[in-house]
Amino acid sequence: MADPLLKVSGLEVHFPIRSPFLRQRVGTVRAVDGVDLEVGRGETLALVGESGCGKTTTGKAILRLIDPTGGSIRFGGEEIAQHGPSRLAPFRRRMQIVFQDPYASLNPRMTVGGILAAPYEIHRIGTTADRHARVAELLRTVGLPPEAARRYPHEFSGGQRQRIGIARALALEPELIIGDEPVSALDVSIQAQVINLMKRLQAERGLAYIMISHNLAVVSHVADRVAVMYLGRVVETAPRETLFFDARHPYTQALLSAVPEPVPGRRRARQVLQGDVPSPAKPPKGCHFHPRCPIAQPRCAEEVPLPRVVAPGHAVACHLAAP
Amino acid sequence: MSATAAAPQSQIGRVWTRFRRHRLALAGGFVVALLLASALFAPAFAPQDPTLLDTALRFRPPFADWAHPLGTDELGRDTLSRLLYGGRVSLTVGLVAMVTTVMTGALIGITAGFLGGVVDNLLMRFVDTMLCFPQVFLLLVVAAFVPPTLLSISLVIGLTSWMEVSRIVRAEILHLKEQDFVAAARALGASRARIMFRELLPNAAAPILVAATLKVASAVLMESYISYLGYGVQPPLASWGNMLTNAQGYFDTVPWLAILPGAAITLTVMGFNFMGDGLRDALDPRLRMDP
Repeated sequence: MADPLLKVSGLEVHFPIRSPFLRQRVGTVRAVDGVDLEVGRGETLALVGESGCGKTTTGKAILRLIDPTGGSIRFGGEEIAQHGPSRLAPFRRRMQIVFQDPYASLNPRMTVGGILAAPYEIHRIGTTADRHARVAELLRTVGLPPEAARRYPHEFSGGQRQRIGIARALALEPELIIGDEPVSALDVSIQAQVINLMKRLQAERGLAYIMISHNLAVVSHVADRVAVMYLGRVVETAPRETLFFDARHPYTQALLSAVPEPVPGRRRARQVLQGDVPSPAKPPKGCHFHPRCPIAQPRCAEEVPLPRVVAPGHAVACHLAAP
Repeated sequence: MSATAAAPQSQIGRVWTRFRRHRLALAGGFVVALLLASALFAPAFAPQDPTLLDTALRFRPPFADWAHPLGTDELGRDTLSRLLYGGRVSLTVGLVAMVTTVMTGALIGITAGFLGGVVDNLLMRFVDTMLCFPQVFLLLVVAAFVPPTLLSISLVIGLTSWMEVSRIVRAEILHLKEQDFVAAARALGASRARIMFRELLPNAAAPILVAATLKVASAVLMESYISYLGYGVQPPLASWGNMLTNAQGYFDTVPWLAILPGAAITLTVMGFNFMGDGLRDALDPRLRMDP
C-alpha cells in the first residue's frame, strides 16, 4: 500500500507472569507476538481469529490503551508506539474505539448528553452551547432523538446503547475506528442495523475501520481485507474474496470450513482441528500452528514462517502454502 | 451525595421502595430526622439557658415540674436544655468528622485503587499501620497535644477513622477501573484526574453514602468517649459525653443524670446505624461492611 493510514509492524505485547510472593518474573504471556498490519484510508480491515488469539489486545495496543512492548505503530506517517500522553493527545482525536459490551462501555452515572459531550470537554472544543448542538447532531447521525441526551444509559436497549457508543467514537471526527466485536453482543436482528449504520458512516465520512471479530459472516459483509490471527501472530492477510475462496493457510482453511452454511442440507467438507490452542505463555517453537496443522513438516517445528506474498495483497505465513 | 441525587428518578424510586421495606431503617431514619430537628431548633425547645446555674434547685427529678421537665443536675442546670444543646455538639462533631473521614478515605482509596502499584502498596500499608492502633488511643494522644475545640475534636476523630472508607473505596475502584467506559475515556485522552473524579467516583457513591451514615454514628460515640474522659468538649459547654462525666459521681443517688445522656447517645448511634444498614441493603444488597 503506497501511503497507508496505519502501518503496524512487528507489534509485540508481552505481559509478565510474576510469582505471587516475591513478584519475580517467572514467565511471559506473548499475547501479541510480532503483528504486521496495514490499513488504508476509508478501508475496512477485519481482524479475525478465535478467542484469546490476541486480536483485542492488538486493537488496544494500536490505540495505546495497552502499552506495546515492541514493534512500531505508524499513524498518518508518524511513529506513535513510544509517545507519552501529551504527544499522544492529537492522535486520540484521530482514532477511536467501539467496544463489544454496550452495557459496560457507557458510564452508568452519566447522562447520554454528558457521555457525548466528554470528548469536547477533554479536548476543550467549543462552548457549552456548541457542545449541546454537537451532541444533538451526533444523536441524529446515529438515529436517536435529541431528547436522548437527557437520559441515562440504562434506559436504552443494547442496540441503542451501541449507537451511543458509535456516536461517542464519532464525536472527534476520527479517521480510524477500531470496532472490538461491535455487534457480537447484540441480537442478530439488531446486528444488521448497527453494521449498516457503520457502513453508511464510512461512506459519508471516509472512515477507516479495523473490525475485530470472530464472526466470519459479519466479516464477509463489511471487510475489504481480512487478517487472520492465530496465537498472537497474523497467519494470512488477503482481500475479502481471495480469503473466502482461495485461503492458503491451513488454519484459515480450517476456520472457513467451520462457518455454518446458510443453506440447510448443504455440507462442506468440515476440517476439524485436533487439540486445543496452546497457551500464549508457552507457545510452540517455529510455526505457532504446527502442533495442530494437518500438513505440518519437521521444518515447521523449527523455523518461524515469515509472511510471503503469494498474490497482490495476499500474504501467507506458512512454509508450505502454494505460491 | 450529589451523584446519587443526580441518578434517574426510577433508580431513586427503587432504592426508596427497598429502604421502606426495612422497618428498623425507617425507624432509624425517623429518629435521625427528629434528632436533627431538635438540634437545629434547640433554642426554641430548650426551657432555659443550658449553662444557667441555680443552686437552689439542684438534683430535681424528671417529670416533677414544668420548669424542668427532665430535672436538673448537680449545679441546678436544666437537663433537657443541656441534652438539646449537647445534641447540637454531638451531631456537629458527628457530621464534620464524617465529612472529614469520607473525604480523606475516598481520596486515599481512589488514589490507591486507580494508580495501583507502588502507590497502592504504600497507601495500603499506611492504612494497615493506622489500623494497628486502637482508635481511642490515637484520639487521646492527639487530643493531648491539640487544644480541644469543636472543630479540632471533629477533625481529630475524622482523621483517625478514615481507613475503612479508604478500603471500601479502593475495592470499588479496583473493580470499576477495568470497565470499558474507563478505557473509552482513556481512548478519548481524558486525564487521570478526570477519570478518577468524573468517571469513577460517582460510581462509588453508593458504598460511600452507606459508610458515611455509619461513620456519623461512630463519630458521635467517639466524641462522647473523649468528652467523658475529659479531653473533648470542655465545660461549661454541654456535650453528652461530659454530662456523663459529671453524672458519674452521683450514679447511685441520682441515676437519671447518667441515664438520660446515655440514652441520647444510644438512640443516636442506633438511629444512624439502622439507617446505614437500610441504605446499604437498599442501594446494593451485595455490599457488606463490618461495623
